[in-house]
Amino acid sequence: MKQHICTHINGEAAEFLCDPGDTLLQVLRDNLQLTGTKEGCGSGDCGACSVMLDDRLVCSCLVLAVEAQHHQIGTVEGLATGDRLHPLQQAFLDHAALQCGICTPGFLVAAKALLDHNPSPTESEVRFWIAGNLCRCTGYDKIVRAILAAAENMRDSHAGAQS
Amino acid sequence: MKHATKKPLRSVGTRPVRPDGIDKVTGRALFSADFNLPDALHGAVLRSPFAHARILSIDTTRALALAGVKAVVTASDMPAIPDDKVMINAQPPDFRDMSANILAREKVLYEGHAIAAVAAKDAETANRALQLIDIEYEVLPHVIDVQQAMEPGAPLLHENLITKGINPAPVQASNIASRHEQVHGDVELGFAQADIILTEEFTTQPVHQGYIEPHACLARVASDGQTEIWCSSQGQFMVRAYCARLLDMPLSQIRVMPLEIGGGFGGKTTVYLEPLAVLLSRKSGLPVKMQMSRADVFRATGPAPGSYISMKIGARKDGTLVAAQGILCYQAGAFAGSPVRLGCMTAFAPYDIANVKLIGYDIVVNRPKSAAYRAPGAPMASFAAESLIDMLAQRLDMDPIDLRIRNAAREGTRTAYGPSFKEIGYLETLEAARAHPHYAAPLGKNQGRGVASGFWFNIGGQSSAALTLNEDGTVMVATGNPDIGGSRASMALMAAEVLQIDVSQVRPQIVDTSSIAYSDLTGGSRVTFAVGMAVIQAASDMVVKLQERAATLWDVSVEHVRWQDGCAVTDVEGREERLSLAALAAQTAKTGGPIAAHVSLNAQGAGPGFGTHICDVEVDPDTGRVTVLRYTAVQDVGKAVHPSYVEGQLQGGAAQGIGWALNEAYMYDENGAQLNPGFLDYRVPVASDLPMIDTVLVEVPNPRHPFGVRGVGEVPIIPPLGAVANAVSRASGVRHVDLPMSPPAVLKAIQRAARRRR
Repeated sequence: MKQHICTHINGEAAEFLCDPGDTLLQVLRDNLQLTGTKEGCGSGDCGACSVMLDDRLVCSCLVLAVEAQHHQIGTVEGLATGDRLHPLQQAFLDHAALQCGICTPGFLVAAKALLDHNPSPTESEVRFWIAGNLCRCTGYDKIVRAILAAAENMRDSHAGAQS
Repeated sequence: MKHATKKPLRSVGTRPVRPDGIDKVTGRALFSADFNLPDALHGAVLRSPFAHARILSIDTTRALALAGVKAVVTASDMPAIPDDKVMINAQPPDFRDMSANILAREKVLYEGHAIAAVAAKDAETANRALQLIDIEYEVLPHVIDVQQAMEPGAPLLHENLITKGINPAPVQASNIASRHEQVHGDVELGFAQADIILTEEFTTQPVHQGYIEPHACLARVASDGQTEIWCSSQGQFMVRAYCARLLDMPLSQIRVMPLEIGGGFGGKTTVYLEPLAVLLSRKSGLPVKMQMSRADVFRATGPAPGSYISMKIGARKDGTLVAAQGILCYQAGAFAGSPVRLGCMTAFAPYDIANVKLIGYDIVVNRPKSAAYRAPGAPMASFAAESLIDMLAQRLDMDPIDLRIRNAAREGTRTAYGPSFKEIGYLETLEAARAHPHYAAPLGKNQGRGVASGFWFNIGGQSSAALTLNEDGTVMVATGNPDIGGSRASMALMAAEVLQIDVSQVRPQIVDTSSIAYSDLTGGSRVTFAVGMAVIQAASDMVVKLQERAATLWDVSVEHVRWQDGCAVTDVEGREERLSLAALAAQTAKTGGPIAAHVSLNAQGAGPGFGTHICDVEVDPDTGRVTVLRYTAVQDVGKAVHPSYVEGQLQGGAAQGIGWALNEAYMYDENGAQLNPGFLDYRVPVASDLPMIDTVLVEVPNPRHPFGVRGVGEVPIIPPLGAVANAVSRASGVRHVDLPMSPPAVLKAIQRAARRRR
């Protein structure tokens, strides 16, 4: 029997019907047409489907859609504010941190989760944090640089806002 | 095309944000699985559980009877390919094999081989229907290993396979599909001149391209047969041509819409699902969407072949290479067609060696049919050759870069595979590597430094570009080649360069097969070079038209109009008059109508590419774990159109090569079933496995391209296998000849060497 789920997606109230066995990834993509979240493996190994479940970074292919009930879901579609890109999105563009772009949404969501709790990560911390996100195009070099640059920008603008 | 321009460039060589960038960081870009139609059915594929079996019968009655099932197809729905349609112009691919790979005919040849496909109202129904297809199999003995497959008495995949390339042809069928021989000079004479001869055997495992986007497509067939396909691939024209050939349809009946491609690396240069989706849509009358799971991708799409290579080199005491000889055996997978010939051609191409004899064997085994993977055939052959050269350097106590410089191919060097090199930049990469601070950096305990080089031909090919001037003076650039790693940006930069306008005024688009003339697929490092040439030519044609239109408006002869800074310029009584692109665009009604330029060409003169990589590793003597400490990739790129994406090609290729060298391998159980069809157990490099990958872009212009461009995408995956192996060998004091150098393998080699020393 279909389940009726009430949740919040990218800050907006949302509801959907799903089967008890549907994953959050399936519902985001197929029911809600939020196709920015990608499926690379369906087994939690590639990170392309990374989303936020409240303040937790999760692979949406490993979360049941019914678990979204009364929780907050954050996806790549919610990163930008209107036409203003998130500093991470801008840094990925400025540093050419994507080639094909299929893994990019997952990296952005994962990187934001890192910077939200650690605004000054070292290169090593960045590399271990994103070790659950696979990229086959870039060799990670430019992704790591983009995340470090975005962190610096965000610290600077934070400091600027406080002074 | 004239010689490479000496004029300073304004756009080419800059690093603007890519035109499709916003779409890709906001989740808006539509990849293959992102496209939907509201009434689409769900397609699913039944795959063989056996590595090798005869199909005695297939009964789809129960599946078709299930409520919600709209169509079932088996090989009997695929047209038989007549003898005159097996190949196009006697060139691979073999469409009869491709058809049998898409749906198995008499036999299944690997675990995961597709047997039937179903379209149903939803995924659950489709998957239930698959279980209701009744198949009787006669399980046959199988063979996975390339050397075992060559043994007399090995299980035969194709009972009628007679080895090609042997004269007289053998009478007995075997798993050896073909023999390729490449002879240059006289190796016996060469080895007789040698002071040192080194011989070694090497093995490499099949590796998957590992694109993060699984194959997916959506097909819709109208009742008059008009067919639309939405998919990601390395060539919408390839998808159209292959589907037409496999399904016996005219090309004009098929329109392929290219969606964004989530990685290909050669693996998306063929079709798997598309013909099935077309057949299912035709039968059901509804659109059909199909997607592979990651396990399907591993079990049924092409890895690069594994290999067994036996090789020897001969050199004089001063390091001069005098002879090289080898046997290369490549696993084609279930159907013939590994790139072993390319392995033979590329192995020693960086070196000037008078005598080379290489024999390649293409071997079928019960594994998925191999597919192109970045510089197909070259990395494994180069691994063997570059390992031997490193062994020679160690034997002679010579610097490995100096040894390579001594033997490096230069302009005029006759290659072992035939032609002589024109302008190449191999020496320049060696010199840049030797001068790089990395090469002089000190090494610690258990650390080692490896060097290796690589060569790829690069190709041109048939290419089309259409430029249109919009009414406001902005420019559309349409091409027919999927953008696999930033090529839209390159196309826009080259058009902007010729038109002398800001790149923001140029909008590149990848268009469908009905919207532009034919283009060969995206591969072989050809797009920025060859499609770029079409863009440049079309932009040049547009400039000529713009000058003519300006001449009409000014009522002067066109010879008095020049193109400068994006404007037509003329001198009237010593005074400069200008008409901007926008001004000319606004007045086309007065000057002869809209302005467009379409160029289709067959690009020639691709400049060969060479790279040299330096790799530092640390080997843990207790566990065998290898850590890559530092990596530098040097490559002659001709001219970097968008340097960031050129660096990205080098970095990505290096990472893939490091994975090939250290981690990646298929594992099979005793029944020939793959044990690791997922990213957890088939481990591609992750961010914490790698250091930053430094790049040096050497620019020796290709004189046969207006801006000096050479292809760059293939070369960077070639040197890493040798560079990492040479580093691990030097760090551990033991020569490593088998890939991957996983911790248990490295530990075993270290322990074996220690026992020998005792």
